[in-house]
Amino acid sequence: MVAEIGHFSLWLALAVAVCQVLLPGVGFHKDDERLRAVAVPAAQAQLLLALISFGALTWVFWVSDFSVRVVAENSHTLKPALYKITGVWANHEGSMLLWVTILALAGWAVATFGRSLNERLRTRVLSVQALIGIGFYVFLLVASNPFERLLPAPGEGNGLNPLLQDPGLAFHPPMLYLGYVGLSVTFSFAVAALLENQVNPEWARRMRPWVLAAWAALTGGLALGSWWAYYELGWGGWWFWDPVENAALMPWLAATALLHSTLVLEKRDALRNWTVLLAVLAFSLSMLGTFIVRSGLLTSVHSFAVDPERGIFILVLLALYIGGALTLYAWRAGTVEAGATFAATSREGSLVINNLLLAAILGTVFLGTLYPMALEAVAGEKISVGAPYFNATFRPLMVPVAALMAVGPFLPWRKAAGGRRVARRLALPALLALLSALTVYAFADTRGAWALLGVGLAVWLAASIFADIARQVRLGHGGPRLVWGRLIRQPRAMFGMWLAHLGVAVSIFGATASGAWESEVMTTVEPGQPVSVGPYTFTLDSIMPVAGPNYTAIEGRFDVRKDDNLVVSVRPQSRTYTEPPMETTEAGIAPLWAGDIYAVLGKPDGQGRWQVRLHWKPFMPWVWYGAALMMLGGAVSMLDRRRSRVALMQPHQLAAEAAEQKLPLAAE
Amino acid sequence: MKAKHQRLVLVGLAALAVSGAAALGFSALDDTMTYFYSPTDVLDKGVSPGQPIRLGGLVETGSVRHEADGLTLAFTVTDTAHSVPVRYRGLVPDLFREGQGVVAEGTFDAAGVFVAQSLLAKHDEKYMPPEVADSIKRAGEWRPQTQAGS
Repeated sequence: MVAEIGHFSLWLALAVAVCQVLLPGVGFHKDDERLRAVAVPAAQAQLLLALISFGALTWVFWVSDFSVRVVAENSHTLKPALYKITGVWANHEGSMLLWVTILALAGWAVATFGRSLNERLRTRVLSVQALIGIGFYVFLLVASNPFERLLPAPGEGNGLNPLLQDPGLAFHPPMLYLGYVGLSVTFSFAVAALLENQVNPEWARRMRPWVLAAWAALTGGLALGSWWAYYELGWGGWWFWDPVENAALMPWLAATALLHSTLVLEKRDALRNWTVLLAVLAFSLSMLGTFIVRSGLLTSVHSFAVDPERGIFILVLLALYIGGALTLYAWRAGTVEAGATFAATSREGSLVINNLLLAAILGTVFLGTLYPMALEAVAGEKISVGAPYFNATFRPLMVPVAALMAVGPFLPWRKAAGGRRVARRLALPALLALLSALTVYAFADTRGAWALLGVGLAVWLAASIFADIARQVRLGHGGPRLVWGRLIRQPRAMFGMWLAHLGVAVSIFGATASGAWESEVMTTVEPGQPVSVGPYTFTLDSIMPVAGPNYTAIEGRFDVRKDDNLVVSVRPQSRTYTEPPMETTEAGIAPLWAGDIYAVLGKPDGQGRWQVRLHWKPFMPWVWYGAALMMLGGAVSMLDRRRSRVALMQPHQLAAEAAEQKLPLAAE
Repeated sequence: MKAKHQRLVLVGLAALAVSGAAALGFSALDDTMTYFYSPTDVLDKGVSPGQPIRLGGLVETGSVRHEADGLTLAFTVTDTAHSVPVRYRGLVPDLFREGQGVVAEGTFDAAGVFVAQSLLAKHDEKYMPPEVADSIKRAGEWRPQTQAGS
């Protein structure tokens, strides 16, 4: 019964979505404001119905109702409670239901928090949002119905893939989908603005919080995904350049570019067409990502749901939505007026270069991800493109991005920078970067150019942020209280930028250091036999069987010592799940500030020894600390109440700008 | 500079960035992409020693031997028509089994033994890498039951 309620709600939500498109459409045609006003309650009703449907699916998972096919296929009565709930979206049907529920949530949020939008634009946004919803509701109901019954019902379910029984992956899809689906809002904003011919700074300002929210969620999704791969797959790496990872990275890159281009449009009324195009592309890449993951087209360590028919369905949706939006763009872009001009070495100039570089990175990731699939489809040849390709393309393009990130905030809007003044302000960060690279060269074992460059760039970027803060609070002018007062009066968007950029520096440092100075030892050991790994000595203290809620495991305890002092103990496991029968490797990880101790237990070698792989990964957790800082930055920036065009300007500029001209926004 | 001119410059820069990225991407592809070979492909096409490839097939039943260091594994990969000897030093993936699909990444040494740097087995127990299923089909030995449960 509960399943039928969920199923029925889904049909009702589809019906409401159709109304949400049609009635306001007629309203636009007849210029009837009351018909257009239907969009808001419709969006609210859609959320309610989607939540009922999602709640129903959660309930049947919770009570292990195996007469529902997805429950029987993906759950088990012995499964821990947490994974009964997260199991709802750990399968294709449930994850698509989560997708439309978040889509409905986004629509509701626009209806609720978008009051400051002008009425026509908001109605358009909601209609486009509903149009996207229709496609996905139909996809769910026709091709992936989560409420399909299984008769007769089996007495027990198949259980959930043990690799998904993990907090890291349990919360990965909701976070990722918040990002993916958040970008649907910017897509709708773009289409709405094209329809209403309202691509302007006001539009950019209204869209920006949505871009920030989606970007922060995507950052979190990427971080959770890589963290999961790192500790759950037990191979010691954290990024595989796997198509499924790239599927999330591509929209992130587009969203990052969009974040910066909306800033230019908001503050300076430039890059109108480009911003619209990016907003369309970002969501297109989200859908492409869904298609890649759900299509079964690729061999991936991550792809779970494999079904070509569903892939074709998503491909058709993709073609309709992206094709439609791009056609509209091609038709309307010519009518978007050119925005303001600016000097090449202004803030806008630096943001344009940032956008071009991000687009170039996006292009190479796109090529490396899609080319093997295209080649196989066209020529039948099977190739694989892995880390070597991405290292050869991604890293050289990331260097100028990171280098420029430090300079951009020092450049003034619109006018050319005083080169000498900027150089003076950046002299200290440059010196620090050079010194740290030299220190690395002199004292560290690895002298690879990328290690020097990575450390140098991270220091350069971090130091420039502190130089920027020092400049904004006019450090040295006035006492500590005055300086503090100036600091806390900075707009939140400013703090957001500092935090996010600092996060990038921290992540670059973590990725560089963990790669360059990792120590790895693969060997066989007897209990009590010490093994040196980097500065540490690992000793296998004991090997014991342990029991979990739905698995048994062999657990090794390694005592890790430095200079004969016990630092920490780690307990890697080799688990055997019964439902479904499967073995997994659980790495034993101890995150220290300076790095991770990482141990993997293999199999007995038949002579009383155990296979082990032991790592010391300096600064590894910094990759994720950096991601956390980026998310925090996005959230802080999103909550900027002043969200006005002056928010990111420097105090002395404000006066000058105000006196100098009426800005486009004020003029409109 | 007029707005129109600036637009042209930006479009030019964008075109430059795109073509630059494409050039970088394609040249990197040329250097780094690895081809997938089944044991039959290896025999037919020939792979020179040192050339990185991905070798896929089934782990031949009864072929897995452990060497004295406790870490090195010798086995043969077969597509049921032909087989290739493989050596791998390291921890094997949890799903590595005799009779199951595997994709090994590595190079041939001078003696014609495939030295694998990594072994890929999939998360899912039911899974057989699509390439492996394909190469077995091409070898004419496809039996649906070898694709356990999918």
